[in-house]
Amino acid sequence: MAYSQPHPRLSLLSNSSQSSVDQFSPTSSSTRFSVPPTPSIHSTLGSVKPPSGPRPNIYDRNLNKTRTSEVSASAFTFLFSEIVQYTQKRVGGINDLERRLNTLGYRIGSRVLELMAWRAESSSKAPKREIRLVPALMVIHTQVWKAVYGKAADAIEKSVENADEYMIIDNDPPIERNISVPRDMGGLSCSSFTAGVVEAVLDGLGFPARVTAHGTPTTQHPCRTTILIKLEKSVLEREEMLK
Amino acid sequence: MAIHGLWIINKAGGLVYQRNFAEGLAQLTSNEYLVLAGTLHGIHAITSRLSPTGSSSGAEVIEGESFKLTINLTLTGTKFVLLTSLTETTAEVILQKVYEIYADAVMKNPFHTPEMPIRSEGFDSKITTLIGSG
Repeated sequence: MAYSQPHPRLSLLSNSSQSSVDQFSPTSSSTRFSVPPTPSIHSTLGSVKPPSGPRPNIYDRNLNKTRTSEVSASAFTFLFSEIVQYTQKRVGGINDLERRLNTLGYRIGSRVLELMAWRAESSSKAPKREIRLVPALMVIHTQVWKAVYGKAADAIEKSVENADEYMIIDNDPPIERNISVPRDMGGLSCSSFTAGVVEAVLDGLGFPARVTAHGTPTTQHPCRTTILIKLEKSVLEREEMLK
Repeated sequence: MAIHGLWIINKAGGLVYQRNFAEGLAQLTSNEYLVLAGTLHGIHAITSRLSPTGSSSGAEVIEGESFKLTINLTLTGTKFVLLTSLTETTAEVILQKVYEIYADAVMKNPFHTPEMPIRSEGFDSKITTLIGSG
Protein backbone atom coordinates (compact mmCIF):
# COMPACT_ATOMS: atom_id res chain seq x y z
CA MET A 1 0.00 0.00 0.00
CA ALA A 2 2.64 2.45 -1.06
CA TYR A 3 1.46 6.02 -1.40
CA SER A 4 1.07 7.07 -4.98
CA GLN A 5 2.20 10.63 -4.33
CA PRO A 6 4.78 10.82 -1.60
CA HIS A 7 4.50 13.83 0.62
CA PRO A 8 7.46 16.18 0.16
CA ARG A 9 8.37 15.75 3.82
CA LEU A 10 8.59 11.97 3.54
CA SER A 11 11.98 10.58 4.29
CA LEU A 12 14.51 10.11 1.57
CA LEU A 13 13.85 6.42 1.95
CA SER A 14 10.62 6.71 0.02
CA ASN A 15 12.56 8.10 -2.90
CA SER A 16 15.10 5.35 -2.80
CA SER A 17 12.41 2.74 -3.24
CA GLN A 18 11.36 4.24 -6.54
CA SER A 19 14.89 4.16 -7.81
CA SER A 20 16.06 1.07 -6.09
CA VAL A 21 18.99 0.72 -8.45
CA ASP A 22 21.07 3.43 -6.86
CA GLN A 23 20.24 2.72 -3.26
CA PHE A 24 23.46 0.94 -2.43
CA SER A 25 25.78 3.32 -4.18
CA PRO A 26 26.29 6.27 -1.87
CA THR A 27 27.91 8.36 -4.58
CA SER A 28 24.91 8.47 -6.86
CA SER A 29 22.43 9.81 -4.32
CA SER A 30 23.44 12.76 -2.30
CA THR A 31 20.17 12.75 -0.36
CA ARG A 32 21.31 9.69 1.50
CA PHE A 33 23.78 11.74 3.46
CA SER A 34 21.56 14.73 3.95
CA VAL A 35 22.24 16.87 6.97
CA PRO A 36 19.27 17.45 9.26
CA PRO A 37 18.28 21.01 10.12
CA THR A 38 19.30 22.54 13.41
CA PRO A 39 18.82 19.91 16.09
CA SER A 40 15.63 20.63 17.98
CA ILE A 41 16.89 18.95 21.14
CA HIS A 42 18.59 22.16 22.13
CA SER A 43 15.38 24.12 22.18
CA THR A 44 13.93 21.74 24.76
CA LEU A 45 17.09 21.80 26.80
CA GLY A 46 17.10 25.56 26.65
CA SER A 47 13.85 25.81 28.54
CA VAL A 48 15.32 23.92 31.48
CA LYS A 49 18.61 25.77 31.60
CA PRO A 50 18.64 29.35 30.35
CA PRO A 51 21.22 29.51 27.55
CA SER A 52 24.24 31.64 28.21
CA GLY A 53 25.52 33.29 25.08
CA PRO A 54 25.19 31.66 21.67
CA ARG A 55 23.66 28.21 21.57
CA PRO A 56 26.27 25.43 21.20
CA ASN A 57 26.13 23.73 17.85
CA ILE A 58 26.03 19.94 17.93
CA TYR A 59 28.46 19.82 15.00
CA ASP A 60 31.07 21.85 16.89
CA ARG A 61 31.05 19.46 19.82
CA ASN A 62 34.04 17.24 20.43
CA LEU A 63 33.33 13.79 18.98
CA ASN A 64 34.89 12.10 21.99
CA LYS A 65 32.45 13.78 24.35
CA THR A 66 29.85 11.07 23.80
CA ARG A 67 32.30 8.17 23.65
CA THR A 68 31.31 6.67 26.98
CA SER A 69 27.81 8.10 27.34
CA GLU A 70 24.89 5.73 27.03
CA VAL A 71 21.39 5.95 25.63
CA SER A 72 18.31 4.73 27.49
CA ALA A 73 17.48 1.29 26.13
CA SER A 74 13.77 1.91 26.70
CA ALA A 75 13.79 5.18 24.79
CA PHE A 76 15.69 3.54 21.95
CA THR A 77 13.25 0.61 21.82
CA PHE A 78 10.30 2.99 21.56
CA LEU A 79 12.09 4.89 18.80
CA PHE A 80 12.90 1.71 16.91
CA SER A 81 9.32 0.51 17.31
CA GLU A 82 8.09 3.75 15.76
CA ILE A 83 10.65 3.40 12.96
CA VAL A 84 9.32 -0.06 12.14
CA GLN A 85 5.68 1.13 12.26
CA TYR A 86 6.47 4.17 10.11
CA THR A 87 8.29 2.04 7.57
CA GLN A 88 5.62 -0.64 7.58
CA LYS A 89 2.96 1.87 6.54
CA ARG A 90 4.94 2.74 3.45
CA VAL A 91 5.87 -0.64 2.01
CA GLY A 92 4.18 -3.33 -0.04
CA GLY A 93 5.60 -6.43 1.57
CA ILE A 94 8.03 -8.03 3.96
CA ASN A 95 10.95 -7.89 1.52
CA ASP A 96 10.42 -4.20 0.96
CA LEU A 97 10.24 -3.58 4.71
CA GLU A 98 13.46 -5.49 5.32
CA ARG A 99 15.20 -3.61 2.53
CA ARG A 100 14.22 -0.26 3.97
CA LEU A 101 15.34 -1.21 7.47
CA ASN A 102 18.59 -2.34 5.87
CA THR A 103 18.98 1.05 4.19
CA LEU A 104 18.40 2.82 7.51
CA GLY A 105 21.04 0.64 9.15
CA TYR A 106 23.41 1.38 6.28
CA ARG A 107 23.23 5.08 7.10
CA ILE A 108 24.16 4.30 10.70
CA GLY A 109 26.91 1.84 9.78
CA SER A 110 28.81 4.19 7.50
CA ARG A 111 28.88 6.79 10.29
CA VAL A 112 29.83 4.24 12.96
CA LEU A 113 32.79 3.08 10.90
CA GLU A 114 34.04 6.61 10.33
CA LEU A 115 33.65 7.51 13.99
CA MET A 116 35.41 4.33 15.12
CA ALA A 117 38.29 4.91 12.72
CA TRP A 118 38.61 8.49 13.91
CA ARG A 119 38.61 7.48 17.57
CA ALA A 120 41.09 4.66 17.00
CA GLU A 121 43.39 7.13 15.29
CA SER A 122 43.31 9.61 18.14
CA SER A 123 43.56 7.11 20.98
CA SER A 124 46.14 4.55 19.88
CA LYS A 125 49.69 5.12 18.67
CA ALA A 126 49.44 2.53 15.93
CA PRO A 127 45.91 2.71 14.55
CA LYS A 128 45.18 -0.20 12.29
CA ARG A 129 42.94 -0.78 9.33
CA GLU A 130 41.78 -4.33 8.79
CA ILE A 131 42.59 -5.59 5.31
CA ARG A 132 42.02 -9.31 5.83
CA LEU A 133 38.53 -10.74 5.99
CA VAL A 134 38.56 -12.70 9.23
CA PRO A 135 40.08 -9.93 11.38
CA ALA A 136 37.59 -7.52 9.82
CA LEU A 137 34.74 -9.80 10.82
CA MET A 138 36.19 -10.02 14.32
CA VAL A 139 36.19 -6.22 14.53
CA ILE A 140 32.54 -6.15 13.52
CA HIS A 141 31.67 -8.93 15.94
CA THR A 142 33.26 -7.18 18.92
CA GLN A 143 33.98 -3.49 18.38
CA VAL A 144 31.13 -2.49 16.08
CA TRP A 145 28.62 -4.44 18.17
CA LYS A 146 29.94 -2.80 21.33
CA ALA A 147 29.77 0.65 19.77
CA VAL A 148 26.20 0.15 18.56
CA TYR A 149 24.65 -2.19 21.15
CA GLY A 150 26.99 -2.04 24.13
CA LYS A 151 27.88 -5.74 24.01
CA ALA A 152 29.70 -8.10 21.68
CA ALA A 153 27.89 -10.54 19.39
CA ASP A 154 27.91 -14.20 20.37
CA ALA A 155 29.53 -16.07 17.50
CA ILE A 156 31.03 -15.94 14.02
CA GLU A 157 30.50 -18.93 11.79
CA LYS A 158 31.62 -19.86 8.31
CA SER A 159 29.12 -21.54 6.06
CA VAL A 160 29.93 -25.18 5.30
CA GLU A 161 28.09 -25.21 1.99
CA ASN A 162 29.15 -21.90 0.47
CA ALA A 163 32.68 -20.53 0.70
CA ASP A 164 31.48 -16.94 0.31
CA GLU A 165 29.08 -16.98 3.27
CA TYR A 166 29.83 -15.99 6.85
CA MET A 167 27.44 -15.59 9.76
CA ILE A 168 27.46 -13.40 12.83
CA ILE A 169 25.14 -14.69 15.53
CA ASP A 170 23.54 -12.72 18.33
CA ASN A 171 21.63 -14.75 20.90
CA ASP A 172 19.67 -11.83 22.25
CA PRO A 173 19.79 -8.73 20.03
CA PRO A 174 18.68 -5.69 22.06
CA ILE A 175 16.52 -4.30 19.25
CA GLU A 176 14.53 -7.53 18.93
CA ARG A 177 14.02 -8.18 22.63
CA ASN A 178 10.50 -6.76 22.79
CA ILE A 179 9.36 -7.49 19.27
CA SER A 180 6.92 -10.32 18.58
CA VAL A 181 6.46 -10.74 14.86
CA PRO A 182 2.89 -11.83 14.03
CA ARG A 183 2.48 -15.20 12.37
CA ASP A 184 1.31 -13.82 9.05
CA MET A 185 4.62 -11.99 8.65
CA GLY A 186 6.62 -15.14 9.33
CA GLY A 187 9.92 -14.45 7.64
CA LEU A 188 10.40 -10.90 8.84
CA SER A 189 13.46 -10.10 10.91
CA CYS A 190 13.74 -6.57 12.25
CA SER A 191 17.48 -7.18 12.58
CA SER A 192 17.67 -6.25 8.91
CA PHE A 193 18.58 -2.93 10.48
CA THR A 194 21.67 -4.56 12.02
CA ALA A 195 22.38 -6.23 8.70
CA GLY A 196 22.46 -2.76 7.14
CA VAL A 197 24.98 -1.62 9.74
CA VAL A 198 27.19 -4.62 9.00
CA GLU A 199 26.87 -4.10 5.26
CA ALA A 200 27.95 -0.48 5.55
CA VAL A 201 30.95 -1.33 7.71
CA LEU A 202 32.03 -4.11 5.33
CA ASP A 203 31.57 -1.79 2.35
CA GLY A 204 33.60 0.89 4.09
CA LEU A 205 36.40 -1.52 4.88
CA GLY A 206 36.49 -2.65 1.24
CA PHE A 207 34.67 -5.96 1.52
CA PRO A 208 31.52 -5.45 -0.56
CA ALA A 209 28.86 -7.96 0.45
CA ARG A 210 25.14 -8.57 0.62
CA VAL A 211 24.01 -8.85 4.21
CA THR A 212 20.66 -10.20 5.39
CA ALA A 213 19.15 -11.08 8.76
CA HIS A 214 17.32 -14.26 9.68
CA GLY A 215 15.61 -15.26 12.89
CA THR A 216 16.99 -18.61 14.08
CA PRO A 217 15.26 -19.12 17.43
CA THR A 218 16.22 -21.84 19.86
CA THR A 219 14.26 -22.83 22.95
CA GLN A 220 16.86 -21.17 25.12
CA HIS A 221 17.15 -18.00 23.03
CA PRO A 222 13.83 -17.15 21.36
CA CYS A 223 15.26 -13.98 19.80
CA ARG A 224 18.44 -15.56 18.39
CA THR A 225 19.32 -13.91 15.09
CA THR A 226 21.79 -14.79 12.38
CA ILE A 227 23.30 -12.04 10.25
CA LEU A 228 24.20 -13.70 6.96
CA ILE A 229 27.06 -12.15 4.98
CA LYS A 230 27.39 -13.09 1.33
CA LEU A 231 30.66 -11.70 0.06
CA GLU A 232 31.29 -10.56 -3.47
CA LYS A 233 33.52 -12.68 -5.66
CA SER A 234 36.23 -10.01 -5.83
CA VAL A 235 36.72 -10.18 -2.08
CA LEU A 236 37.41 -13.92 -2.13
CA GLU A 237 39.78 -13.55 -5.08
CA ARG A 238 41.73 -10.89 -3.24
CA GLU A 239 41.86 -13.02 -0.11
CA GLU A 240 43.40 -15.81 -2.21
CA MET A 241 46.06 -13.45 -3.55
CA LEU A 242 46.93 -12.14 -0.07
CA LYS A 243 47.56 -15.63 1.29
CA MET B 1 -3.26 -19.39 47.38
CA ALA B 2 -4.23 -19.56 43.75
CA ILE B 3 -4.41 -17.27 40.78
CA HIS B 4 -7.46 -17.89 38.63
CA GLY B 5 -7.27 -15.38 35.85
CA LEU B 6 -5.91 -12.14 34.43
CA TRP B 7 -7.80 -9.50 32.48
CA ILE B 8 -6.54 -6.36 30.83
CA ILE B 9 -9.18 -3.73 30.09
CA ASN B 10 -8.38 -0.77 27.87
CA LYS B 11 -9.40 2.77 28.70
CA ALA B 12 -12.63 2.46 26.72
CA GLY B 13 -13.77 -0.59 28.68
CA GLY B 14 -12.88 -3.19 26.08
CA LEU B 15 -11.26 -6.45 27.13
CA VAL B 16 -7.94 -6.68 25.31
CA TYR B 17 -6.47 -9.68 27.12
CA GLN B 18 -7.98 -12.53 29.09
CA ARG B 19 -6.31 -15.64 30.33
CA ASN B 20 -7.15 -18.37 32.86
CA PHE B 21 -4.46 -19.99 34.97
CA ALA B 22 -6.29 -22.78 36.81
CA GLU B 23 -8.15 -25.90 35.88
CA GLY B 24 -11.82 -26.36 36.65
CA LEU B 25 -12.92 -22.73 36.38
CA ALA B 26 -16.38 -21.88 35.14
CA GLN B 27 -16.15 -21.75 31.35
CA LEU B 28 -17.44 -18.57 29.80
CA THR B 29 -17.64 -17.61 26.15
CA SER B 30 -15.48 -14.77 24.95
CA ASN B 31 -18.59 -12.67 24.51
CA GLU B 32 -19.50 -13.16 28.17
CA TYR B 33 -16.01 -12.10 29.18
CA LEU B 34 -16.39 -8.95 27.10
CA VAL B 35 -19.69 -8.13 28.81
CA LEU B 36 -18.20 -8.76 32.27
CA ALA B 37 -15.20 -6.55 31.53
CA GLY B 38 -17.45 -3.77 30.26
CA THR B 39 -19.60 -4.03 33.40
CA LEU B 40 -16.55 -3.93 35.65
CA HIS B 41 -15.38 -0.85 33.77
CA GLY B 42 -18.70 0.81 34.52
CA ILE B 43 -18.71 -0.23 38.18
CA HIS B 44 -15.19 1.06 38.54
CA ALA B 45 -16.20 4.42 37.10
CA ILE B 46 -19.07 4.61 39.58
CA THR B 47 -16.91 3.68 42.58
CA SER B 48 -14.44 6.41 41.70
CA ARG B 49 -17.23 8.98 42.06
CA LEU B 50 -18.71 7.52 45.23
CA SER B 51 -15.87 8.63 47.49
CA PRO B 52 -17.24 10.90 50.25
CA THR B 53 -13.84 12.50 50.82
CA GLY B 54 -12.63 14.04 47.58
CA SER B 55 -11.48 12.32 44.44
CA SER B 56 -10.71 8.61 44.38
CA SER B 57 -9.07 6.22 41.96
CA GLY B 58 -11.98 3.79 42.32
CA ALA B 59 -12.34 0.23 43.52
CA GLU B 60 -9.10 -1.62 44.18
CA VAL B 61 -10.30 -4.91 45.64
CA ILE B 62 -13.66 -6.62 45.28
CA GLU B 63 -14.10 -9.69 47.48
CA GLY B 64 -16.66 -12.46 47.14
CA GLU B 65 -17.25 -15.51 49.26
CA SER B 66 -14.87 -17.63 47.23
CA PHE B 67 -12.70 -15.25 45.29
CA LYS B 68 -11.01 -11.88 45.28
CA LEU B 69 -10.71 -9.46 42.38
CA THR B 70 -7.82 -7.01 42.50
CA ILE B 71 -7.83 -4.03 40.16
CA ASN B 72 -4.81 -1.94 39.26
CA LEU B 73 -5.65 1.26 37.39
CA THR B 74 -2.71 2.79 35.54
CA LEU B 75 -2.22 6.48 34.85
CA THR B 76 -3.17 5.93 31.22
CA GLY B 77 -6.54 4.37 32.10
CA THR B 78 -5.66 0.76 31.37
CA LYS B 79 -6.93 -1.61 34.06
CA PHE B 80 -5.17 -4.80 35.10
CA VAL B 81 -7.48 -7.19 36.91
CA LEU B 82 -6.37 -10.31 38.74
CA LEU B 83 -8.83 -12.94 39.95
CA THR B 84 -7.43 -14.88 42.85
CA SER B 85 -8.43 -16.96 45.84
CA LEU B 86 -9.21 -15.07 49.06
CA THR B 87 -5.95 -16.03 50.70
CA GLU B 88 -3.72 -14.75 47.91
CA THR B 89 -1.63 -11.91 49.29
CA THR B 90 0.66 -11.13 46.39
CA ALA B 91 -1.96 -9.88 43.92
CA GLU B 92 -0.80 -6.23 43.96
CA VAL B 93 2.82 -7.20 43.46
CA ILE B 94 1.92 -9.52 40.59
CA LEU B 95 -0.21 -6.86 38.91
CA GLN B 96 2.67 -4.41 39.13
CA LYS B 97 4.93 -6.96 37.44
CA VAL B 98 2.29 -7.63 34.79
CA TYR B 99 2.21 -3.89 34.10
CA GLU B 100 5.98 -3.95 33.68
CA ILE B 101 5.78 -6.85 31.23
CA TYR B 102 2.95 -5.09 29.39
CA ALA B 103 5.08 -1.97 29.01
CA ASP B 104 7.97 -4.01 27.62
CA ALA B 105 6.39 -6.71 25.50
CA VAL B 106 3.28 -4.93 24.28
CA MET B 107 3.94 -1.21 24.12
CA LYS B 108 7.43 -1.58 22.66
CA ASN B 109 6.26 -4.06 20.04
CA PRO B 110 5.84 -2.34 16.67
CA PHE B 111 3.21 -4.89 15.60
CA HIS B 112 0.79 -4.03 18.41
CA THR B 113 -1.99 -1.53 17.80
CA PRO B 114 -2.83 0.45 20.94
CA GLU B 115 -6.25 -0.29 22.49
CA MET B 116 -6.57 -3.46 20.41
CA PRO B 117 -6.50 -7.08 21.66
CA ILE B 118 -3.03 -8.25 22.63
CA ARG B 119 -1.62 -10.96 20.40
CA SER B 120 2.03 -11.20 21.28
CA GLU B 121 4.00 -14.36 21.86
CA GLY B 122 6.55 -12.47 23.90
CA PHE B 123 3.87 -11.20 26.27
CA ASP B 124 2.30 -14.65 26.61
CA SER B 125 5.57 -16.37 27.42
CA LYS B 126 6.63 -13.71 29.94
CA ILE B 127 3.25 -13.99 31.70
CA THR B 128 3.68 -17.75 31.76
CA THR B 129 7.06 -17.36 33.47
CA LEU B 130 5.56 -14.96 36.00
CA ILE B 131 2.32 -16.72 36.90
CA GLY B 132 2.50 -20.21 35.40
CA SER B 133 0.67 -21.75 32.49
CA GLY B 134 -2.39 -23.24 34.17
